[in-house]
Amino acid sequence: MSATGIGASVLRKEDRRFLAGRGNYVADIAAANEVALAFVRSPVAHGRIRSIVKPDGAEHLVFAADDLDGVAPMRAPSKLPGYKPADFPALATGKVRFVGETVAACVGATRAEAEDLAQLVEVEYEELAPAVDMLAARAPGAPLVHEAWGDNIALATRTEGDMAAVAARAAHTVTREFRMSRQAMVPMEGRAVLAEWNSRMDQLIVHTATQVPHLIRAGLALFLGLEQRQVRVIAPDVGGGFGLKTYVQPEELVACWYAMKSGRPARWISDRREHLIADANCREHHYIVTAHADADGRILGLEGEVTVDAGAYSIYPFTNCLEAAMAGGNLPGPYAIEAYGVRTWTVVTNKPPLVPYRGVARPGVAFAMEMLLDAVAREVGREPHEVRMINMVPESAMPYTNIAKKTFDSGDHPGAVARAAGMIDVASVRERQARGEPDGRLIGLGFGSYVEQAAHGTSVFASWGVQMVPGYEQAGAKLTPDGGLELRVGVQSHGQGMETTLAQVASEVLGIDPGNVSVIHGDTGLTPYSTGTYASRSIVMAGGAVSRACKVLVERMKTIGGHLLQCEPDEIRVADGRVMGPAGDLPFSEIGRVWYLNPEELPADVDTDGVEAVVGYRPEPDHGTFSYSTHAAVIALDPDTGAVEVLDYIVVEDCGTMVNPMVVSGQVYGGAAQGIGTALYEESPFDESGQPLASTFADYHLPGAPEVPAFRLAHMVTPSPHTEHGIKGMGEGSTIPTPAVIGNAVNDALKRYGAEVNETPISPRRILAAIAASQGEAA
Amino acid sequence: MKPARFDYARASDVADAVRLLGSTDGFNKPLGGGMSLGPMMNLRLAQPDLVVEVRRLDALKTVAEEDGHLAVGAGITHSAIEDGRIPEVTNGMMRFVAGQIAYRAVRNRGTIGGSIAHADPAADWPTALRALGAEVAIDGPDGARIVPLADFQLAAFTVALEPADIVTALRVPRLSPAARWGYYKICRKPGEFADSIGAVVHDPERDFTNVVLGATDGAPLDVAALAEAVKGGGTVEIDDAKAALAAQGAVFDDYGNQIHAVALSRAIKGALAS
Repeated sequence: MSATGIGASVLRKEDRRFLAGRGNYVADIAAANEVALAFVRSPVAHGRIRSIVKPDGAEHLVFAADDLDGVAPMRAPSKLPGYKPADFPALATGKVRFVGETVAACVGATRAEAEDLAQLVEVEYEELAPAVDMLAARAPGAPLVHEAWGDNIALATRTEGDMAAVAARAAHTVTREFRMSRQAMVPMEGRAVLAEWNSRMDQLIVHTATQVPHLIRAGLALFLGLEQRQVRVIAPDVGGGFGLKTYVQPEELVACWYAMKSGRPARWISDRREHLIADANCREHHYIVTAHADADGRILGLEGEVTVDAGAYSIYPFTNCLEAAMAGGNLPGPYAIEAYGVRTWTVVTNKPPLVPYRGVARPGVAFAMEMLLDAVAREVGREPHEVRMINMVPESAMPYTNIAKKTFDSGDHPGAVARAAGMIDVASVRERQARGEPDGRLIGLGFGSYVEQAAHGTSVFASWGVQMVPGYEQAGAKLTPDGGLELRVGVQSHGQGMETTLAQVASEVLGIDPGNVSVIHGDTGLTPYSTGTYASRSIVMAGGAVSRACKVLVERMKTIGGHLLQCEPDEIRVADGRVMGPAGDLPFSEIGRVWYLNPEELPADVDTDGVEAVVGYRPEPDHGTFSYSTHAAVIALDPDTGAVEVLDYIVVEDCGTMVNPMVVSGQVYGGAAQGIGTALYEESPFDESGQPLASTFADYHLPGAPEVPAFRLAHMVTPSPHTEHGIKGMGEGSTIPTPAVIGNAVNDALKRYGAEVNETPISPRRILAAIAASQGEAA
Repeated sequence: MKPARFDYARASDVADAVRLLGSTDGFNKPLGGGMSLGPMMNLRLAQPDLVVEVRRLDALKTVAEEDGHLAVGAGITHSAIEDGRIPEVTNGMMRFVAGQIAYRAVRNRGTIGGSIAHADPAADWPTALRALGAEVAIDGPDGARIVPLADFQLAAFTVALEPADIVTALRVPRLSPAARWGYYKICRKPGEFADSIGAVVHDPERDFTNVVLGATDGAPLDVAALAEAVKGGGTVEIDDAKAALAAQGAVFDDYGNQIHAVALSRAIKGALAS
């Protein structure tokens, strides 16, 4: 392993500017003559717009749907049979379908002036009964979010399993109901856009906080009626995305429209209240799951009913049915199950749209499956980690295609459980639990395991019916005249550290110091096409493409170097940033000098493509990589207040080859911290009229430093047999089991009451209610 | 999230502040640390016509001991109390309470007078100072007056201040050396507004015992039955506290009934153990 290549914990290059407060975000970018936008938003969850009265004298600064000439409603089609697309208008047309929906746009010299104007716009609504709860909305007779549909079901799917055979053999049949509550994503930087029309380029230039610049370009062109060459999307520094920044936003479309119409740059920066009320939400799932298990706790069959509350509209491009598809495909987790049947419903309600959030459906899936598994363990009277191990696919069975047709490529899943159990020290936790705490709190132990499909390839996305199917990921690698390296990738790095890790991949191939490598990303004008950063795909796909592009450069440099060093190209070795022959060597700067500045020194038969290459890459097979992990936690629960403290938290994970172990650990910490948020704190509740009840951070609780435990990590390394360098995707993973780990620990602590909490966040209120309910039953 | 247009004036002294607050018929607000008014204005929940800055007034930053009280200037920050930069007359209670308010950044600017005037039920000072039997010193167009906190706190966010009045100081009685106190706050995480606060001050030498419940949906509640129990020296279990609250008609939802009783019980146990 080199000091700067794959496997080295190189300090992140980008932190030099971030830690000094010198990042450059959309809000930091000024445009001459710009205006600010503010939006009039619906105060009702469901209603018809009767009238919109613009303030006297400001009619030319206020715009409603009828004013948006040339702007099409956002439609995200799906090829899945029976799917009903729910068009998302930039400004509400006729009806409003959630509180916070954009109704009118107001223009001011400053944001404050635009807000002043917004306050003066009078909108009259005829209120309609809202569909708020997804199960009620699914039932016949519910208020209709989209009348023409006749129901509120965007997509229903059914996969039959041969349950009769396993049910007959099962000693135990365990059924549970779980709910993962709706929450917000709360990146450090909210959504932000600055749009301007550039006449010289005949181009709309859009600075926007996005994870997927090339997809946003496609969407903006489509909905604004432009050719894609007329749109350049630039994502500068982006302060976290987590899925929020993967869709075309109504406010983004309006800002672009106004910039085109007026010729003035238009800015909209989301504030925290807009984020908590009106941005797309995430996570809201409901499960009814049944395990048919033998006397040892081995799960023979699994049945599930999954309902996803998709909110009012479908987001472009990933649609609102990806969550249910992921849930249905991932419920069996890392377990070898003989029979599996699942039904899914994607239900529309009068709430903001739902988008995939870090982990994409799988935190909900794991919350259901991992907590069901612990319920089975309690039923058969065994330790939960043992029940996990006997149900998991053993290393000897790899590669293994599971009941949901996912092919796990490699890894020792039971080994990760055993290691986590050892680190948390199950025996001593059980002793402490039995001994009791001096302060009366109850100790609970919880485990959670998962397998994380990442970097899903062409065939997987095609099967989900979405429009934007990723193919070969391309990367550009260019030797500069002075021997430095520029990498160009179409993904976007917004916290993943790819300005460092992609440079490390180049360093691995070329031996170049990452300090001499620039990673150019997030700009459709400068980078090859990519579907962007999501699905924990970037280090696998862009990393693989960078590796391949650098390998092409190696061959090109060997040809030139062989000429300069008077040897055969295949005698040349490229390493340590030098081109080495049997009798001498040259720095890369010599290759650059000769190619760019003194081509007269080159022979006539030199490779005319030079020292710049754009190369495409896709792993084969393209079903994605399969990282896996087991987490374990010990909690203390105060039965009088319902307060939970996380005392210890273990993560054992295997993401194959680690390009930068420190960055891997950082991703694990961040994801698990967000998982703690889902488990214990974060919730966007709505009342029965569809009003959001958490509109500021006084009501929307995020975990802070005191609430996040000091995670203890162990890494296992099973390189992928299919990918360049054996890399597997892992960025999202540690959000996945955390809610279940905490939930299992809480239910372990509560088992003396026979109480269970099966809904996130596992708040004091829910814990006390569960205890009270169990005592009611006991009495 | 930008405030609506407003006028801004900086008062030169307390009299000037009172004059400015009464100078128009509009909705005028004094600005202390701005830790509550600022966010409320940004959310446009408060849209004052005139904001009168009183943060820099020296008269509001004085601390003086007088006839058994400590008069704490309304402009004294939570962090000044937390750090022990003012005399401690409550056997450490005020310092303890101050250190639990929100976050340090808020404590550096937020003021004790602002907190009392704002009267957020979930804030710390309204409950803690009521338990201590504090009084509010007020200046206004009709001159200065002193009002016991129990008469000042009318309801959530509602106090006995006229439009041009400002709070100038909190008068906190000096506790006897043997006095005991307990303060137990339940909140989702450190720094959040409280879900419940139990505050107890037991000062037999002064024949003063107060048990107060805060973070309800109204003004802090005196729980006289529990004060009697504390005087009697008995412990108060959760069910005792529940019964006491129910007996005085203080009924909440199931969660509220439980945690309010826990906060009171633990505050009392803390006081008796200290």
